Amino acid sequence: MAGVVIKAESGSLAVDMTREFNATPAQLLRAWTDPDLLVQWLGPRRMVMKIQEYDVRHGGKWQYTHADEQGNEYGFQGVFHGEPSVEEGFTQTFEFDGAPGHVCLESLTFEEIAPGRTIIHTHSVYQSLADRDAMLESGMEYGVNEGYERLDELLVADKIG
Amino acid sequence: MTHDRLSTVFSALADPTRRAILAQLAEGDANVSELAAPFQMSQPAISKHLKVLEQSGLITRQRQATARLSHLEAEPLREATEWLSTYREYWEESYQRLDDLLQKLDHNESP
Repeated sequence: MAGVVIKAESGSLAVDMTREFNATPAQLLRAWTDPDLLVQWLGPRRMVMKIQEYDVRHGGKWQYTHADEQGNEYGFQGVFHGEPSVEEGFTQTFEFDGAPGHVCLESLTFEEIAPGRTIIHTHSVYQSLADRDAMLESGMEYGVNEGYERLDELLVADKIG
Repeated sequence: MTHDRLSTVFSALADPTRRAILAQLAEGDANVSELAAPFQMSQPAISKHLKVLEQSGLITRQRQATARLSHLEAEPLREATEWLSTYREYWEESYQRLDDLLQKLDHNESP
């Protein structure tokens, strides 16, 4: 099965991501909207996820943190817009506590390509190119560090998109 | 890195002029007039950007004779981009965990 495909065209405010699953849209919606399930998979394994709030309804707030082994906590929060459904997917705002006021609008939709096989599409729109670049590109052009190669993948996403 | 520091680094990086200044400093230390040269901006305007960069820890400034040289500090940038560079890995790993969970749920729910 194909891995995550990220499309981040230069000059666009959007980042698109797709991933195929052996699951129905209903199962995937449940995995996303049931906090007891979400906490079991969202984020890297080395991080401990804690959900402070997850009110899945139109106007409902969500808030969670990821903590690493060093005790660094990364907090995120947002609001659901519209009632999440298999047909429509769901839309939410997304904000990293490290950059308050820089809000991203995310839409997630489910495309059933065969019985029990579904592609999740994530469409994220940033407020400004600067915001998106800060998220995806910052540091890349400076070439000061060897650790940036992984970000290269995002920057060359024009090719794979 | 703490939230506050990450936040400061991010807001420093959010400006295209400051990113261009950092790119120039990656080539070597420079004084304010050298840094202002590529821009249609006054030296005081560039100095303001340098102050923001200095406060974020992305650069340090040192007086040498009459000039004040700016120097790129790689560490805060590395820390910030290390976090950012996990964007793909974050989702790869999350979705692999979701695969595992779905398999488990499917198994448990099978008649």
